[in-house]
Order: sequence, then C-alpha cells, then structure tokens
Amino acid sequence: MEKFVALGDEAVALGAIHAGLAAAYSYPGTPASEVMEFLIRASQEKGFVARWSVNEKVALEQALGVSFAGKRALVSMKHVGLNVAADPFINSSLTGANGGLVVVVADDPSMHSSQNEQDSRFYAQFAQIFCFEPSSHQEAYEMTRQAFDLSEAVGLPVMIRLVTRLAHSRSSIFPREPVSPKSLPTGERSHWTLLPINARRRFQVVLNKQEELRRLSEESPFNQLKLAGRSSPLGIIASGIAANYVLENWPDLESKPSFLKISTYPLPEKLIRKLMDEVDTVLVVEEGYPFIERNLRGLMGIPGKRIRGKLSGDLPLSGELSPDHVRQALGLKALARLPKLSSPIASRPPQLCQGCPHADTFLVLKEALKDFPQAMVFSDIGCYTLGYFPPYSAIDTCVCMGASIGMAKGAADVGYHPSIAVIGDSTFGHSGLTPLLEAARTNTKMTVIILDNGTVAMTGGQMSYASGEYLVKMVEGLGVNREHLRLIEPLPRNLEANAALIKEEINYPGLSVIIASRECIQEARKKKRGQE
Amino acid sequence: MKFDLILAGVGGQGILSIAFVIDRAALLQGLNFKQAEVHGMAQRGGAVQSHLRLSDGPIYSDLIPKGKCDLILAVEPLEALRYLDYLQPEGTVVSSSSPYVNIPDYPPIADLLDSIREIKNHLIINADQIARKAGSGRVQNIVMLGAASLFLPLELDHLLSALKEFFQPRGQKIVDLNLKAFELGRQEARLQLKIN
Ligand SMILES: Cc1ncc(C[n+]2csc(CCOP(=O)(O)OP(=O)(O)O)c2C)c(N)n1
Ligand code: SF4
Repeated sequence: MEKFVALGDEAVALGAIHAGLAAAYSYPGTPASEVMEFLIRASQEKGFVARWSVNEKVALEQALGVSFAGKRALVSMKHVGLNVAADPFINSSLTGANGGLVVVVADDPSMHSSQNEQDSRFYAQFAQIFCFEPSSHQEAYEMTRQAFDLSEAVGLPVMIRLVTRLAHSRSSIFPREPVSPKSLPTGERSHWTLLPINARRRFQVVLNKQEELRRLSEESPFNQLKLAGRSSPLGIIASGIAANYVLENWPDLESKPSFLKISTYPLPEKLIRKLMDEVDTVLVVEEGYPFIERNLRGLMGIPGKRIRGKLSGDLPLSGELSPDHVRQALGLKALARLPKLSSPIASRPPQLCQGCPHADTFLVLKEALKDFPQAMVFSDIGCYTLGYFPPYSAIDTCVCMGASIGMAKGAADVGYHPSIAVIGDSTFGHSGLTPLLEAARTNTKMTVIILDNGTVAMTGGQMSYASGEYLVKMVEGLGVNREHLRLIEPLPRNLEANAALIKEEINYPGLSVIIASRECIQEARKKKRGQE
Repeated sequence: MKFDLILAGVGGQGILSIAFVIDRAALLQGLNFKQAEVHGMAQRGGAVQSHLRLSDGPIYSDLIPKGKCDLILAVEPLEALRYLDYLQPEGTVVSSSSPYVNIPDYPPIADLLDSIREIKNHLIINADQIARKAGSGRVQNIVMLGAASLFLPLELDHLLSALKEFFQPRGQKIVDLNLKAFELGRQEARLQLKIN
C-alpha cells in the first residue's frame, strides 16, 4: 500500500481501522483528540461506529459493551481521562475482553495542555494488562493492529500509551492490507457479572495470565536488545520516544554501549537481566515518571550495579525529555549553537480570543462581584480557565473536570458566601450533572454559572451534548427551581443588566443557576467559512 | 541530506499550513520527514512552534536537538528570537517584520529587528505589506514560506504542487491568492539576497 502521512494519533486510528474495528468512543482531550477525529472522518465511508461520548467513563463502558458483543472496540482519551474512566478500566481486566478491546491513552509530559503529567503505564500495571509504547508512527500503526489480536488471544484489554510528542508529530507510514471486521460469540455471563463469587475467580484468572503476558513481552519483536559485549561497561534502557533521543545521539558516542529498547509491558524481565549481566552501569531513559527505573532499582538497588536515570538526577524528574537532556546524560558535549539572547524574551501565554463570549461573562461577573470582595469563584476546565489571567483575573480554582460545582457546594456548606461555580457546557455534561443534582436537592446557597458556547472549544470545537435547549431542560430536570434558573446573553451591551441579574441571584439564599449562552466565535467563523 | 527547521509564530497565524505544504513537498521529493506540532491550549493566541526535520535517511527524534537547526522561519519577529539557541552557528533566520501585539510587554519593534540583524545569516521580510500586495493581509504565512523557500532543500515545483493541493479545497481564488503570496515572498528574498 501507498505511503500515508499521519499524526501519531492518526497512525493509531488507521491501525485500528485496518484491524477490523467495529466501534470507537472517546471524549476530547489534548493530545488524544485526533485519534477520534480521524476515526469520525473515516467512519462515514467505512461503516464502523466512531463517536464522541459524554465523558471517558461512558466511552470506556460503551467500548466494553462492544467487546461483550464480540466485536473489536477502541477507546481513546488523554491521560487524566483515564482517572475518570478508572472504574470500568480496572474492572475490565476482570471481566476480560471478548472482542478485542484497545484503550489508547495519550500522556502529556510537560503539561502542554493539562493539569498534570501522570504516567499511564502505572494504570496498565495496576490493571495488570499488556501495554504497548510506540516510538514511531509506524510502530503506533503496527502495535495497534497487534493490540487487537493480542487482546483477543489473552482475553484482556490492551493499552497503547502515547505521549504528546508522538501523538502530535506528523510523519509517513507504510500501511499493510487491512483485515475485515469479524464477530466472535458474545461474552460469558459468569465472566462479566462481577459478583464476589465470580470476581474472585476472575481475579485469579488475571493473576494466572501474568506469566503469559510477561512471556509475550519478552518475545515481542518490538523490544530490541543490542549487546556491546565487554567493550563497554555502560548499558542503556530506553522506552518509547525516549529511545529516539538515544539514537539521535548515538553517532557521537565513541564507545557504543549495550542498548535495550523497551516497547511493551509488563517489563521484559529476561531481556533486562541479559543486559544487566553485561554492564556495570545502566542509564534508564524514559518519557514520563521513572517507571522502569523504579522497578529496576526496587528498594535496595542491585548490588555492584549503578542505576542512573531520573531518580539519580541524571535526567529531569519533571517535564518532557529532549535529545539535549539525553545528550548530557550520555556525557556528550553540547553542540555548538547560537547563544540565547541576553535579555529574556517576553512570554506569550495563550489567551481568550478577541470577542470571546467567556470574556464578556467574566467582565460581567467582575462587575457583579464589586460589592462582594470576599467572593470565591470555583472554576473548571476549558477555554474559560484562561479567565485566570489579567485583565480578568476572575477565577480562583481549576482542579479537574466538574470540580467547580462540588467545590462551590463544599465551601457553601461551611458557610462561605458568595460561593460561585463557573463551568463550560461540555464540562457540565461530562461531570457537572451529579454535583448539581446534590446541590439542587439540598438547595445549597450558591450560584452556578454555566458558560454555554455550544462546543468543546478548548480542544478544537468538538460537539457538546449539554448545550442549548437541552441544557436548560437538563438543569430543570435536576430539580433546580425554575425561578432561579436564569438565562443571559453575554454581550457588551448587556453588561449592566447581566451584572444586576447575577447580584440578585447571589443574594438569593438558595441555589441559582445562570446559563450564559453565546456561540464561540471560532466555531461561528468555521461555520461561516463552510457556507462561503 | 539532513535539514532541520523551526517554524515559529503565534497561534492562529497559520504555521501549520506552512508545515503541511513543506511536509507534502518533502513527500513528493521522496524525502523522509518528521514534524512536531502544537495543538490545544497554546493555539489560543500563544507562542507556537513546529519542529520540522527533513532527511533522505532515517529520522529519530521528533524534536530538533539544540545546535542542529538550520533555519528558523518566523511569521512574527518576537517569535523569531524565542528559539535561537536551537540554531547552529551558520544557521539562518527568515523573519517577518510585522509584529503581532497581544501582550502588554511587547518590546519596541526596532529592538527586535536589531536583534535579528545581529544574527549572521538573516532575512527580514515585510510580510504584512507583501501579503496586502498579493491581495490579503491573511496570507503573510505563505509570503514567509515563499521567502524561506530559497533556503529549503526542496524543489520549487514540489512546493508549488503542495501549495495548490493544500488550498484547492477552498477554491481556485484562494489557490491563486496563495500562489501570488508565495511568488512575491520569494521575489523579495531574491531581491534582498541579490539573486537573479
Ligand atoms: C478528564 C478530562 N478530560 C478531558 C480534558 C480535556 N479538556 C479540557 S477542557 C475540555 C472541554 C471544555 O469544554 P467546555 O467546558 O464546553 O468549555 P470551552 O472550552 O468550550 O469553553 C476538555 C475536553 C480534561 N482536562 N480532563
Ligand atoms: S475558541 Fe471560542 S471559547 Fe475559546 S477563547 Fe476562542 S472564542 Fe472563546
């Protein structure tokens, strides 16, 4: 087949299609969104299901349903999405997979677009399932195809762990002939009903499979060991894209070390042992947390061997790696280059677009809160988190999706007033309904402002479930008093009226919900361009 | 052959369009490429950059090592200076002189251009003016691509084919506008470099 240009995310998506995917689900999140965007574009022609879900947990549960029905399913998300989906994820190793089930998780070292840089390999280990970590686009494609076969062969879900630099890097791949979707018989009810009597047995099954997973990892051709013999006392263990940074510097190494590239988990123990037998010092190079390094080191270290990496301070513990970090850890001199300018360069942080509806809402809120200097604004995640920066400086928190409403309620419960939550429409659909249900039933004295811009703007304008009329009905349905469910249009000309309305609701001694609705201007522009 | 470049600009200035055209031209020329791009949060008016690596052999790192970058192509002068420590001593900076001011502490433009002029190999292009001459202030990115094309190890035909392919879905008018922008940018660079 012809060369195909793809982002790392898209290489995974294409691999899944060529493996006979029946259905895929996801919730948007950088750097994973492009997996689903590619699948949605391809699904129209190819006839599989590819849909945005309301959140990652629901996405994973739908994928589980597909697997139960004997078909191949993929679910993709950003790293923190797996926290939301952790419940079905961990339990899915006990139910096992029937049709191949592949969980694609994209980590974001350096937090380019995230609240943290957690490492999903720990989740794979936690659930005791097999995990692939590709280092290139071709590997991302091949591993995804193999992941489906492996998932069915061992009867467990399989994880593909990506990181931003691969997810959002573009290169070409050579695809292979696709296989057609097939159907397996549906799942066995005694496997899938996790009553204690079944779950205990199923857990034992997972434990018994570990030996096989380790063997598969040891035999995987994606792991490569090159022994230098006695010529070098140094060994390098590198995984995923970190291995590329070693190879980038390889030509400059005078004496070539032994080298083990790890691409699969559980860790290929035999290969690691072979390497360790030949070297005095090992340098572990991995993107994310020191997962391999910590496993290798254990509590006591290995007598007679030096283990270097992130824990030893040879590489940074936070942020993404670069070829330069690895160069230094390899003891190579920095390359000649132009110096940085002597004076610092003004930083240019992201900001709300000119004319963004959120900007108007924040200006209104600031106006309304002039009389309440002690007000606390619990925010959430989306474009509107940029309201943290001047000139708005309008929000006090951002923790995880949906946290705004729960936190505002907690503060209100202990007497804080005004306690205000600010949450976007998609974030509300993702995780805002349940805390609002609680606040409505207890009629807690707090104010919730839902910013309905009609889209998931932060991640590129995907569809939002909790928007427009639907949103109003949902809020009403949760039991919010109709008289204190108010709608505003955040436009400069409405500033005074809107501010008065917000003040009124802050003074109401119960729950108010204000929906500020106006379309994201980027989306409006996109639509206009489409019509031209 | 190996050639590494950094595309620099502000979110929304169209550096991913430049990247796409170069990727495609590299493909037409039978070269390998890796291109690391920025999506998500930073795209909202923040500083964005793309590392683009071209080679006729294997490419390992998606990121360019510091000191290996051959060319910085900047659609904005402040952004031209942000990644200088990636540039090899003989590397080139091709920068627009048109500032995109969306921060309160944006430095005086004259200082920025002076700093660019201190770099041994540099080219400063009035992208805004040339883009308007081509027909729209929105095609500054393609003006810059045209100017930088003299330094790229890519054949002109491949770049032009890639450019047409990229803009074709938006109609012939947009294709022509961008071809014009490319041509005028390239002309300006030739003029400044005294190439005929
Ligand atoms: C669990 C989790 N999933 C996904 C994301 C990525 N993400 C951040 S904000 C956001 C959606 C924001 O949409 P919305 O609330 O409608 O606000 P908007 O950006 O449109 O203003 C997403 C998907 C995340 N941070 N955490
Ligand atoms: S993308 Fe939309 S919601 Fe986000 S800052 Fe721009 S206008 Fe506002």
